[in-house]
Amino acid sequence: MENNLTVKKRFFPRKKVCRFCADPSLVIDYKNPELLKQFLNEKGMIIHRRQTGNCAYHQRRLTTAIKRARIMALLPFVADIEIEE
Amino acid sequence: MFEIPKVERFRKWETLFIIHPERVDEKEAVLEKFRQIVKDKKGDVLKIDEWGMRKLAYPIEKKKRGYYVYAEFYGRADLPQELENFFRIDERVIRYIIVKLEDRYQPEKESTN
Repeated sequence: MENNLTVKKRFFPRKKVCRFCADPSLVIDYKNPELLKQFLNEKGMIIHRRQTGNCAYHQRRLTTAIKRARIMALLPFVADIEIEE
Repeated sequence: MFEIPKVERFRKWETLFIIHPERVDEKEAVLEKFRQIVKDKKGDVLKIDEWGMRKLAYPIEKKKRGYYVYAEFYGRADLPQELENFFRIDERVIRYIIVKLEDRYQPEKESTN
């Protein structure tokens, strides 16, 4: 019983796993802006991999894909600008 | 004397380009020119996928929409340069990107498989 309590008190930071390593069917592609959007903050900046938990290999691929998508106007450079229809 | 066999090497690319929203009716002409440039370099267009009219994430040349066309093709190594010249000069294409997919592409092998 005592042992259980001490275990509960201790704080375990949950280990984040790279989403692309965990699920090999997820392919990083600049033509899929819906997936890339999840790695941008509300300003349209790329989120640090410390926050998302991506591994270095996939973060590298992700940044190039996001930059390519930005060139093709699939993702915004700056998200504040809204286009009126 | 023996003859050195001539080996043709090909590469494979993909491209995505945006056609001017007010000149979509001329898109067939753009695609025909694109096919012709690829064929001039002994290549071939493998796939053309028209995404259609899409909203742009930010305005390009004051346009808010664009007609997206995606294509896969192969050809000789100097093909992208020719294509880039065409895309840059042509006013109907507002944005383009060419990405290499394979360094060594063998069209014969693909067709037999």
